[in-house]
Amino acid sequence: MWDYSDKVKDYFFNPKNAGALVEANAVGEVGAISCGDALKLMLKVDPETEVIQDARFQTFGCGSAIASSSALTDMIIGKTLQEAITITNQDIADFLGGLPPEKMHCSVMGYEALQAAIANFRGEEWHDDHEEGALVCKCFGVDEGMIERAVRMNKLTTIEQITDYTKAGGGCLTCFDKLEEVLAKVNAELVAEGILAAHEAYSLGAADAAEIKAKAKAKKDAEREAAPPTSPLAPASPLPPPSAGMTNLKKMRLIEEAIEELRPYLKKDGGDCELIDVDGNNVMVSLTGACTGCQMASVTVSGIQERLIAKLGVPVRVVPVKSHVH
Amino acid sequence: MRPVYLDNNATTRVDPAVVEAMLPFFTEQFGNPSSIHSFGASVGQSVKKARQQLQQLLGAEHDHEIIYTASGTEADNTAILSTLEAMPGRNEIITSAVEHPAVLALCQHLEKSGRAKVHYIGVDSLGRLDLEAYRSALSDKVALVTLMWANNETGTIFPIEALAELAKEVGALFHTDAVQAVGKVPIVLKGSAIDMLSLSGHKLHAPKGIGALYVKRGARFKPLLRGGHQERGRRAGTENTPGIVGLGKAAELAITHMADEQTRVKELRDRLEKAILQRVPNCFVNGDVRERLPNTTNIAFEYVEGEAILLHLTRQGIAASSGSACTSGSLEPSHVMRAMNVPFTAAHGSIRFSLSRDNVPEDVDQVIEALPKILENLRELSPFWAGANKGPTEFKPVYA
Ligand code: FES
Repeated sequence: MWDYSDKVKDYFFNPKNAGALVEANAVGEVGAISCGDALKLMLKVDPETEVIQDARFQTFGCGSAIASSSALTDMIIGKTLQEAITITNQDIADFLGGLPPEKMHCSVMGYEALQAAIANFRGEEWHDDHEEGALVCKCFGVDEGMIERAVRMNKLTTIEQITDYTKAGGGCLTCFDKLEEVLAKVNAELVAEGILAAHEAYSLGAADAAEIKAKAKAKKDAEREAAPPTSPLAPASPLPPPSAGMTNLKKMRLIEEAIEELRPYLKKDGGDCELIDVDGNNVMVSLTGACTGCQMASVTVSGIQERLIAKLGVPVRVVPVKSHVH
Repeated sequence: MRPVYLDNNATTRVDPAVVEAMLPFFTEQFGNPSSIHSFGASVGQSVKKARQQLQQLLGAEHDHEIIYTASGTEADNTAILSTLEAMPGRNEIITSAVEHPAVLALCQHLEKSGRAKVHYIGVDSLGRLDLEAYRSALSDKVALVTLMWANNETGTIFPIEALAELAKEVGALFHTDAVQAVGKVPIVLKGSAIDMLSLSGHKLHAPKGIGALYVKRGARFKPLLRGGHQERGRRAGTENTPGIVGLGKAAELAITHMADEQTRVKELRDRLEKAILQRVPNCFVNGDVRERLPNTTNIAFEYVEGEAILLHLTRQGIAASSGSACTSGSLEPSHVMRAMNVPFTAAHGSIRFSLSRDNVPEDVDQVIEALPKILENLRELSPFWAGANKGPTEFKPVYA
């Protein structure tokens, strides 16, 4: 199992400030149950002085998620909102004497809950950036804003680090190019601001993308060896380009037709499917009712994919996307 | 505090009698069984005896149907790769969505590299194979059907003999990964339609590093490892004689303990399971409770995460395991739970207890004693659980 610091263990086994806070006037709720963690942070803030008089948490998650939440409450009690809002996920991890890299996203969740709670107190709608930026990693529902922030605050310089901090890129890795782009962009900004040394920055083309991709994949394969794999029904392999003969318009029509044909079947099982976009070989659909979890792996998706391939005669990959992120 | 080991599907303790049987093969009996001289000859005899012990455990017709391997994984890989090579004109594989990675990862690789078309047959919410889908995937293009005898996570047993019969009808070879089943349920291969079967030593109180592949006499076979005439040319490499002798002894012991597994161990498991279900609210058993290994129970505890439960159990000296993503370092919940469509709040909190003949009633008592309090405490922490009314809440986090 994980090599947790003594402080992490202590905060896990003897969590402080756990449970509901009845007189809370600031609440932040973040997380994604499908990915295995969720946090509800409750604060009691003095309306006059804006001092956090009490803080409680409820967390669904692993050892480090619970420890991070509890540590966060300890860190903010007695602080003003002004002071608390500057706390970063790295501060939480440092407070705990460090977290295993794969578990850094637990501290990010704490950070987000705090931001959400403060916004809630101020009567603002907290925008977790998950709504604003485009969804970059569909597997884990992570958007550009969150990745940018994680890179900026933690001075990340590799794709693997982004995965450790945000989970983005931990699945099918079709988001790789976009991750790389965001990383390079933010690193360049950090260099310009004098926060990061130029030679540390990740820049597009500086490293061979394919090589990094292969490395990330090798790591994932190793994890698979050690752990049960995802559903084998996931479209795993990149597919060859479609035959040149077909025009995009024609392809689009055929896809639309195929999906229309399928919908009655899906509806029978209480689900539905909507065509969102077609981008090269990727057919973006939004699924409802059926398993709409955080991963692409599902019987429905592979079923639709099989139908499309049969109909088009060329390989396409069905990518489930959320039609609305809430 | 006495350590309690309830993770026997991961690995078992080597039986002291097995260790004793092995020891001479590190010292006096060091000869190479392939050698003509007397040093080798007596070792060769022992290797043969072990083969007969395994033959008995599996109810095989001939002892030479057993090929020693270094692991269950090697046996699985050999069976699959051998068949693809030995069945020209057929390039499809049928397997299930809940197989062990030793089968799944290879199938995915073969698929990716374009060497085979793979049908992954799904399961229902109890982990039972979708027979309809299985039947319709069978055709004369199928080279191999590979299905596990019993699932490592839930203990759910597939009706292997019947599934093998169906494969035979279309002329496909049938392999079963029986790593979890061998020694726990009676197996009779003679007269069955099963062509190949994999087993692993360390799951049945033999050491790690030794396994076996049963290949029915007459079944087409191509070796994975070449470079020697060992195992009748079917698996090259000098024999792991201590391991082989240990595996043989373990097979013999498994036969004598089979009844114990089916009765005493099963009763312990049932008592554990019943007590947990009674004392802990909002939990249920994953898998098919009727068609199941006698030693395994996989319980989903709603609204808590598995790693958190395991950390508490570990602190109290109890070893179990979880399909939880957070434990393994992969970010996704177990493929078996997903295939069974276990809801996320429960899949993340599933714990497997797997017993063996080494367990005593006190082990079970200790878990029954510890677990309710652990769950109560962790649920206090869970936003999905309202402490006061002891039930789930309407909690809906952002970006769920
Ligand atoms: S890992 Fe990011 S989209 Fe799949």
